[in-house]
Amino acid sequence: MATIYNVGKKNHAHEKTGAGIAKCARANTGARLPAHARLMPATNSRRGLLIVICACLAYLLTVFFCGMFMNPELYAVNYGNKFIAPEWGHPFGTDFMGRDMFFRCVKGMSNSLAIGLAAAAISSVIGLALGISSAVIGGKFDKFILWCVDCCMGLPHLVLLILISFMLGRGEFGVLCGIALTHWPELTRVVRAEVVQLRTSQFILASYKMGMSKFQVAKAHVIPHVLPVYFVGLVLLFPHAIMHEAAITFLGFGLSADMPAIGVILSEAMAHLATGKWWLALFPGLMLMLAVVLFEAIGGGLNKLLSPASGHE
Amino acid sequence: MAALERLRAGGKRGAHMRIEVRGVSFRYSPKSPLILDGANLSVSAGERVALTGPSGCGKSTLAKLMAGYLKPTAGEVLWDGRPLPKSGYMPVQMISQHPELAVNPRWKMSRILNECWTPSPELLRRMGIESEWLSRWPAELSGGELQRFCIARAIGPGTRVLICDEISAMLDAITQAQIWETLLDISKERGIGLLAITHNTPLAEKVCDRVVAVSAGGVHGI
Repeated sequence: MATIYNVGKKNHAHEKTGAGIAKCARANTGARLPAHARLMPATNSRRGLLIVICACLAYLLTVFFCGMFMNPELYAVNYGNKFIAPEWGHPFGTDFMGRDMFFRCVKGMSNSLAIGLAAAAISSVIGLALGISSAVIGGKFDKFILWCVDCCMGLPHLVLLILISFMLGRGEFGVLCGIALTHWPELTRVVRAEVVQLRTSQFILASYKMGMSKFQVAKAHVIPHVLPVYFVGLVLLFPHAIMHEAAITFLGFGLSADMPAIGVILSEAMAHLATGKWWLALFPGLMLMLAVVLFEAIGGGLNKLLSPASGHE
Repeated sequence: MAALERLRAGGKRGAHMRIEVRGVSFRYSPKSPLILDGANLSVSAGERVALTGPSGCGKSTLAKLMAGYLKPTAGEVLWDGRPLPKSGYMPVQMISQHPELAVNPRWKMSRILNECWTPSPELLRRMGIESEWLSRWPAELSGGELQRFCIARAIGPGTRVLICDEISAMLDAITQAQIWETLLDISKERGIGLLAITHNTPLAEKVCDRVVAVSAGGVHGI
């Protein structure tokens, strides 16, 4: 029975109502369970997810701001300290120019995060606008948007990204535009599907028949449904954007070599991997992976918190 | 009772508080066959009509046409001799077969119930709605419990005709009886017209003044 109580929704049902499900549970297991169940919801479902989300956010924000306001001296060139393996003074070691890899990684991650966030934000706004207009206008416009989505999704992201970035002269601007212009199709699809489904859903039709205006329905029914979908989509876009930013930079079509970014660091590290300088690739790679995993965790947690089936607002 | 008589008389005069389906044909898409072909039906406020017929003969489609959810391919649906109002509170309200689709899953029951009017505690008691349900989410109630909310929500002060599309098909016999008894009482008290779509012939005969049987493609009860 305890495992049943660990499932978010049932937990919540008990927490909120204290009746229906708890009644069944009591019938099955006697009086021991309610006390136990009273303890579980607080530590388990919503609060647990919130803690996870906050912890992930805290780490990402710390990396982001530490990198933003970092003194460039910390990762300056120092030929006296070439290729030091990880030790206390340099936890991530140093590279072929004697730059401290720890600070360089944090700075690089921060740069990657900034570009990823900006690109994901622009991309998600494009996705939201196209998704809603496609569903609301319908007809030929809808078909055209869906065709664009299919075109964009049919091409490998990276190819399109390289083309756009190269065309716009590489660098930060090129990468930003490249990522922003290639990541909208998924969100467009999701938002469009949600709005199309809502428009024909019975509770919205009933709402119109009960005398609600279009504006009232949009405010009371549509926006509260679409917004969580949008937020989750936005958060899940970040890791994609960051990965693609690193990938394109690694391939040499992205950020310039003098700007510390995870992609730049990794592509430099490749030259020294064969000579046994493992720390040059391992730590930046781990940092990138950690950021991506944390974003996924935030997105998944938000999804659970916001969807009506698993957790109510 | 006097009010009811007045309404009935009004209904007979043919222009007051009456939903009328005149020669309505309907198809869902230009290529699909006609579901309704020249259907005629009218329900006045205070009158109780049952609509029975085999599955797929267009009963629910007719209900949606009468409540303004669909537009007829040919013919017209008239309220008091005029086309159905396009905005504002619809005097012809429909309750569907699937209450779980008719409520916003992100709203609590109290907000759903009070979306367009505030039913009195007396009405809630008669509908068998317990006050503790009001603080729950739709996912935490059963179909029968949700259906009571949908009914209470639909019998606002502006409702003149209520279309009940198989509203009790998924309920147990006791709940069915309870809900229909309450609905019947309320419709008599307030002179609300009822159009009950059902497969249950004994129920139709018990609840309604007249039964309209539909065969495929034609509703001709006037």
